Amino acid sequence: MYPEYMLESLKLVEETRSKRLELEKSGKPVFKPMTAEERDDVLNKFHPDYKKESRRVVHIGPNRGEEITTEVADMLESHSRIKPEFFHLDKPDYETDILIVGGGGAGCAAAIIAMQNGAKSIISTKLRMGDANSMMSQGGMQAAVPAKDSPTRHYLDAMGGGHFDNKPDLVRAMTEDGPEVVKWLEDLGVVWDKNPDHSMYVLHGGGTSRKRMHSCRDYTGAIIMRTLMDEVRNHPDQITTLEFMPTVELLLDGKGRCAGGILYNMETAEYFIVKAKATIIATGGYGRLHIRGFDTTNHYGATGDGLIMAYRAGAKLLYMDSVQYHPTGASFPEQIAGFLITEKIRGAGGQPLNKFGELFVFPREPRDVESAAFIRECLERHNGIQTPSGRWGVWLDSPLIEIIQGSGYLSKNFPAMVRQFIRYQIDITKEPMLVYPSLHYQNGGIEINAKCETNIPGLYVAGEASGGVHGRNRLMGNSVLDYNVFGRRAGQYAAEYIKHVNLGKLSLEHITAYEEELKKARIKTDRMAPVLLPSYIPEDVRKRQLTAHYEGTLR
Amino acid sequence: MPKKKAPAKKKTAAPAAPARPVKTAPQEPPKKMLTVYIMGKAHRVPAEATIMGAIEYAGYQIKRGAGCREGFCGACATVYRLPGDYKIYTGLACTTLVQEGMWLSQLPVIPAQKPVYDIEKLEPNVTAFQVLYPEIFRCVACNTCTKACPQSLEVMDYIQAAIRGDIEKVMDLSFDCLSCGLCAIRCPAEIVHYNVGILGRRLYGRYLAPKSPELEKRLQEMREKKFDKEYKELMGLGRDELKKRYYARDTE
Repeated sequence: MYPEYMLESLKLVEETRSKRLELEKSGKPVFKPMTAEERDDVLNKFHPDYKKESRRVVHIGPNRGEEITTEVADMLESHSRIKPEFFHLDKPDYETDILIVGGGGAGCAAAIIAMQNGAKSIISTKLRMGDANSMMSQGGMQAAVPAKDSPTRHYLDAMGGGHFDNKPDLVRAMTEDGPEVVKWLEDLGVVWDKNPDHSMYVLHGGGTSRKRMHSCRDYTGAIIMRTLMDEVRNHPDQITTLEFMPTVELLLDGKGRCAGGILYNMETAEYFIVKAKATIIATGGYGRLHIRGFDTTNHYGATGDGLIMAYRAGAKLLYMDSVQYHPTGASFPEQIAGFLITEKIRGAGGQPLNKFGELFVFPREPRDVESAAFIRECLERHNGIQTPSGRWGVWLDSPLIEIIQGSGYLSKNFPAMVRQFIRYQIDITKEPMLVYPSLHYQNGGIEINAKCETNIPGLYVAGEASGGVHGRNRLMGNSVLDYNVFGRRAGQYAAEYIKHVNLGKLSLEHITAYEEELKKARIKTDRMAPVLLPSYIPEDVRKRQLTAHYEGTLR
Repeated sequence: MPKKKAPAKKKTAAPAAPARPVKTAPQEPPKKMLTVYIMGKAHRVPAEATIMGAIEYAGYQIKRGAGCREGFCGACATVYRLPGDYKIYTGLACTTLVQEGMWLSQLPVIPAQKPVYDIEKLEPNVTAFQVLYPEIFRCVACNTCTKACPQSLEVMDYIQAAIRGDIEKVMDLSFDCLSCGLCAIRCPAEIVHYNVGILGRRLYGRYLAPKSPELEKRLQEMREKKFDKEYKELMGLGRDELKKRYYARDTE
């Protein structure tokens, strides 16, 4: 239920609705899309990435001297959780073909394809398999299937969305594999939304020039993820899943090849050595670092663990100065602040409005532009609505969708959203949602090529942990596609690679060397990474935990 | 809670008077507290907290029992009772609000078998359920699973549909299932409903969903490498050329 002081503004939203409906029906854009110059201007002035204090120089490691996101630089300049001298590396606890770090979409896709190519794998995952951002994607997956679309058009949209910083070979790989991924997932049993004539039901996303967003109602990620998990579980002899056992460091061999990792059992506090001929990092992103203090749409374990592990082992990072804020995170009620409200709401005709009930931006600009425009509307123009907890928000007019698409459309196509709000007595079929940008996606990551290879032989990366495919801004629906395309590719190329590998002696010397580098750079810190989990324990409780020893956020 | 506020709050100083005044500024609400019993121990927590928020407010670092935190992963199944009420209630910790006197416990894991199968060797009819989940035929139609579902799904109805071999109905009714397992833990017939739902959905997607002719056509074009030339051309363009092409493209 909205507090009384918002009712005046809500009334204005209702009053302007019929006019805005006419605009929508006219077939023309409901608000003039920005030119290249206007986009640059709003980004420069209002996108959090463009603020000076958002970035700082990182002093050690492969990207030394580069300006990157402050919180990421802090994480990189931190101590390892382990002391190399404690480990007897000649006695591994597990041996396998491929160690897959992360049990989300990319990790599961990689394990399935690796298995089909004859490789056994261990999936090491911090939470349960599938407790991942992949599970949470609502809107859908881009793929150029319809006849009036083409993979090259998808390529152009993705390049423009990413400000042309994307690595072309990666974008080609992603867009070219798209239709095949739709088919692969359907063959595994994913239930895609279809039209009465059996063609794929597709919608627009921000920055798309053709409708190519494939969906499974608004549980797209959940349906895909549960299908992949179920398939992984159908092959217990080839794929071993170790839950609540994150990998905390990588192992190298004498020739600098990646040779597995050190796993930490979070429940028993034991460490295990896994020797593997190849390793795939599929750890996802870093929303739970709460960059710039933003709420996040991300799952509990999104702490960028893969970045620091790979970085200590010598892998290069790309575009780590770029963070994606999803324009429509929930702003009210406080219990769901930051939660994702799918872009598909705008794809279906939902309009963002200021406190006067007026449009102030084209509803489907690329995400960074749309977010910056929301922030401008609130912080510069003071045309937002403030919540009781001090957050800002603009309206997202969902009842309009019911008028455009027909009564019952929201309940049928956005059941998760309707549910999310009705718990707090807000009926989104009758009332708009209050939204504000929420920390959503790690645009950059570990640099890869189209085979998911890094500059370290035997180390592969897939999904959000990798960098390059989305440039400096990802479009909606390209991450679900990304983790499928590159998860599959990582599984395939790693399975090929291991056929010709004879590992040398395992080594953690890179951890020792990294600690030396910290010392030489005179960085004194008690920070520790991987972070593993964020902590939401109140400060006064922590103060009373007098004999607790914290390692980062974990006792 | 640290780090949970949007930075916007700091920047609210002296807003310029808007051209047309619309009331948007909140009154500072009083912070109400209430008592909940987390695994039997009393804690004072904010009255508007979710169960998950309350557990963390009380000082617990959750390891098991939190995943996506937004109602998609099903990691945070919770059971509770309320004062003066004999009933067992179920909910997700991330989306259920605390109530005065709530006596709650999270379920760290739901023990459940999942039979291994090859989707390519199954037939999309009742035999798949008979072979893999014969226990569903023990369903006594008590509807406890449905009452336990935090998603308000018609769980018993999709189990009954599976018994009839109505795969489309299993798919449709179980579509929004989160596999939290609260149905399975309450079922007197010891059925693992959510796995039955996954099987139904996969059978539907694999065998019964109408195939898209457009998709087949596009795949054929991809095999024929129809777009190779266009890719090469686009990839050969300089940044400015590509930019021009991008801003000139038409939109559906």
